[in-house]
Amino acid sequence: MPGKVITITSGKGGVGKTTATANLGAALAQSGYKVVCIDADIGLRNLDVVLGLENRIVYDLVDVVEGRCRVRQAMIRDKRLPELYLIPAAQTRDKSAVSPSDMVRLCDDLRGEYDYILIDSPAGIERGFRNAIAPADVVMVITNPEVSAVRDADRIIGLIEAEEKGPALLVINRIKPNMIKRGDMLSPDDVLELLAIELVGLIPEDEGVVTSTNRGLPVVLDGRSKAGQAFRNISRRLLGEKVPFLDIEEEGGLFGRLTRRIRSGGD
Amino acid sequence: MQMDASPVENQLGVEQEHSSKIQIKGINEGLLVILKEGEWLDVKQVLLEHIDQQGEFLRGARIALDAGNHILKALDLGRLRDELSERGLSLWAVVSNSPMTVQTAKMLGLETKIGKTRREAALQTPDGVMLGVEEAVMVCKTLRSGFRLQYPGHVVVIGDVNPGAEIIAGGNVVVWGHMRGLVHAGAEGNESAVVCALDLHPTQLRIASQIAVTPKRKGKPQPELARLVDGTVEAVLWSP
Repeated sequence: MPGKVITITSGKGGVGKTTATANLGAALAQSGYKVVCIDADIGLRNLDVVLGLENRIVYDLVDVVEGRCRVRQAMIRDKRLPELYLIPAAQTRDKSAVSPSDMVRLCDDLRGEYDYILIDSPAGIERGFRNAIAPADVVMVITNPEVSAVRDADRIIGLIEAEEKGPALLVINRIKPNMIKRGDMLSPDDVLELLAIELVGLIPEDEGVVTSTNRGLPVVLDGRSKAGQAFRNISRRLLGEKVPFLDIEEEGGLFGRLTRRIRSGGD
Repeated sequence: MQMDASPVENQLGVEQEHSSKIQIKGINEGLLVILKEGEWLDVKQVLLEHIDQQGEFLRGARIALDAGNHILKALDLGRLRDELSERGLSLWAVVSNSPMTVQTAKMLGLETKIGKTRREAALQTPDGVMLGVEEAVMVCKTLRSGFRLQYPGHVVVIGDVNPGAEIIAGGNVVVWGHMRGLVHAGAEGNESAVVCALDLHPTQLRIASQIAVTPKRKGKPQPELARLVDGTVEAVLWSP
């Protein structure tokens, strides 16, 4: 079976695209799949930092596209997970160095040998975003339970539908149950009501993510982390398993009713 | 500047050869490609072959496309944009007689007006209004943020209208779903236009020249109808 290309995008910046890419890549590789993560954020790369592979970069995505090296030469193997690879973005160029068709060709080349190709999209709706979704089989939209992030996610979902890449999958990141209980934060139900696409992940706010990002160790590798567990669950859902949603609140209750809630996007 | 002379002649020559399918003109903003009638794939093939024949000469050019009556889907335009970009050309605008093609182009982030045709487009609007007032368009999907639907007649939406989406209608607007975006009914000045929705909660509601914002929600959403009463917008329960 040819590899599947999953693009992770959000519209708004800083909601957790790169963290999600690194962690899903690590989780899929942990389950024994061959995974390549591509950083499509040319000029503002940081997937390499989050994966702790910054000091090993020799060639990058733009070198591959412009023919200065072969794809295999630009692929960096992860330190801990031998089936996880990274193709880093170029830092000294910009988004226009790569075209959507370059990305399609690159991914078609990788599909034969790898099971999953994860693309970390840049924020925004311009060239970088279009590069990132051009080769996608599945697009995953990450948002935070904040009005501004949800608004941008809605816009991005519309663009994904327009490019006939839909229906997108939804991940809600950085959920704070206490704030929701006080009525100060949108609940996953509120977000789903507006976006109306299939939910594949609820990730709680977790300070461990910040330290793991700084150290370059994906949080899924930490067995005790709640966010890590949430990312592992997303990877299992992507593999087709039915996994109940994490009860984000300690005592349980509030998110219980989300468990069986599956929404499909409008056509 | 003199260097330009011969390729232009060259273009004119090829233009005659393919004049049944495409026409290429130089405009202030770059090149304007005018597509004639015919099968989309044939027309596209002729265009790409023509570009390939020109070799490096056209590299880096900005292309505006006049798609005429072709009805193009996102996939068609997206492919063309990619194929042009492989050849070093960038597609920046698409103008068309088909509202569907224009909408597609907008969704792909392309311009849908170019300096020269703007005037022509403006001239087209009046007869659009004349034939449009009693006509309606029906949209069966959720209108998401960034989507703008402009129509001279009535607009019916089966689905939600999310915040950040806009509906501008010459006539009435009916939304079978949540109305949470911006809506303007009677945009050409028709004060008897109405807006109704199963849940009428727009960020802003305009009828003719009056503008209103929705008060804070109280209780459960109910179907409502908004209209002008003595020059101000009023909402009442929408019941048969």
